[in-house]
Amino acid sequence: MAIKQLTVFVQNQKGTVVSVTDILAKNNINLRALSIAETQDFGILRLIVNDEKTAERVLSENGYLIKVIDVVGVKIGDAPGKLTEALAVLDRAGINVEYLYAFMARTEKHAYVVLRVEDNAVAEATLTAAGFHMISEADINKL
Amino acid sequence: MAQNYYQKEIETMPREQMKALQSEKLVKQVRHVYENVPYYRDLMDRKGVSPDDVQSIDDLYKLPFLSKADLRDAYPYGLLAKPLEDCVRIQSTSGTTGRRVVAFYTQKDIDLWEDCCARAITAVGGTKKDVCQVAYGYGLFTGGPGLNGGSHKVGCLTLPLSSGNTERQIQFMTDLGATILCCTPSYAAYLGESLKELGYKPQDIPLKAGIFGAEPWTEEMRKGIEETLGIKAYDIYGLTETSGPGVAFECCEQSGMHVNEDHFFAEIIDPDTGEVLPEGSRGELVFTSLDKEAFPLLRYRTRDICVLSRKKCSCGRTLIKMAKPMGRTDDMLIIRGVNVFPSQIEAVLLKEGYEPNYQIVVDRVKNNDTFDVNVEMTPERFTDKVSEIMAMERSLAGAIKTMLGINPAVHLVPPKTIERSEGKAKRVIDKRKLI
Repeated sequence: MAIKQLTVFVQNQKGTVVSVTDILAKNNINLRALSIAETQDFGILRLIVNDEKTAERVLSENGYLIKVIDVVGVKIGDAPGKLTEALAVLDRAGINVEYLYAFMARTEKHAYVVLRVEDNAVAEATLTAAGFHMISEADINKL
Repeated sequence: MAQNYYQKEIETMPREQMKALQSEKLVKQVRHVYENVPYYRDLMDRKGVSPDDVQSIDDLYKLPFLSKADLRDAYPYGLLAKPLEDCVRIQSTSGTTGRRVVAFYTQKDIDLWEDCCARAITAVGGTKKDVCQVAYGYGLFTGGPGLNGGSHKVGCLTLPLSSGNTERQIQFMTDLGATILCCTPSYAAYLGESLKELGYKPQDIPLKAGIFGAEPWTEEMRKGIEETLGIKAYDIYGLTETSGPGVAFECCEQSGMHVNEDHFFAEIIDPDTGEVLPEGSRGELVFTSLDKEAFPLLRYRTRDICVLSRKKCSCGRTLIKMAKPMGRTDDMLIIRGVNVFPSQIEAVLLKEGYEPNYQIVVDRVKNNDTFDVNVEMTPERFTDKVSEIMAMERSLAGAIKTMLGINPAVHLVPPKTIERSEGKAKRVIDKRKLI
């Protein structure tokens, strides 16, 4: 069920993000979500895109260090407290969230949260049991 | 300044007499080494030179060279010329696997080394009335023990502070009225800045002279130290392979260092051909220990680029003078007084599972060396977690510190981002502009 996240290692320098997004744009790849983690030296771009295979290929061809990993995508209601509900479920189950970021759907009254956890299957089962809906790659491509 | 000499007869000896003394010592030394050091005997035999071929210092050129590689091959006892029971001490370079130099000393070797340091202290005006603060590291490093011994010989009250702990340095310096300071020039500059911050004016600081060595420094740095501390700052040269500091020292002229050539004979050679170059030529500095017993290196190539001069010196010393070294024939860097070879960093990277794509960036900020190592991230190690990448940087910095003894700031960078010239990564960027 998990969704694919593109992870790109970049230097924390002026112009780094735009050069990545520029390559994606030229190859007609649509960004669903983007999150950046940075230190003084380096940055890690985390991307959810509509066509991760092409994105991986074109960025690799341009010399970027890329890793595609599986992350959990969960659909939550677009209302105050909804994220807390999902996180509380994971917390009660003793599941540690390494990082997360969220994005909105254009049409539906929903938000999507991307979760990086140690064990995707356990997190998904926990959230599903609590009534949450997971999103899949197919869902991403339809967005 | 009225000149004092520690060993006037030697330090002002007429040239011909010095040459006779050097010749006499060399003939004896070559025999001593040939008989007791099989490693060097083999080198001589292979070159077809016997001890009988060396009748005076003019025959020195016939002897084979020793290099750092020989020291590595012969580690630890291969160049030892005395039974261990006659040795009383070792000193060692900060170096590391494959590069460490362990030098052995008999009591006589220690005495002559300390004499050399005593000459240096006396040359800067030191007498038994002085209080000499030694802020070089004590231990395996030769700086502390060498100047400590020299200070004792002169009869100074010696403050064996060793390196670091600036607060304590300043307390002893001001409470006990230190008049001579011995340390690295960068530490002297740092102490000067610290004193200034505490509100001390140069005239409040009891120091009158400083003996600073173990790393390259500039005339600008000298001026800065002299102004902030209100002293005269003098250079000193030495290396563990020959004994330690005191191989050469500056006098009141502050224009090059007198080589203690009754103990250490200096030559300048063409680093490519090995040919001895005439006085005044720029080339590689080579030293021969004329009378050390335990670790007597003959024609040791220092890799320092230097010039020698016999111009008459106003201090009255006739000892030959060497200029401040102008560079290296190899890629050795001196960072915070520690010898660093890029190959050592490379060895750590390979051991830790990185590609040898790296860059060392050295700079001097507020008179202290900065030491950064950029390393290219590998696809295998790349992870999406910031904390893991930062842990990799810390762990690599720790491994380099274990190797070198000094702590770098390690930065993992994306692949192929380290500047390459002609396909080969530029390994070292030294922004210090010291020469």
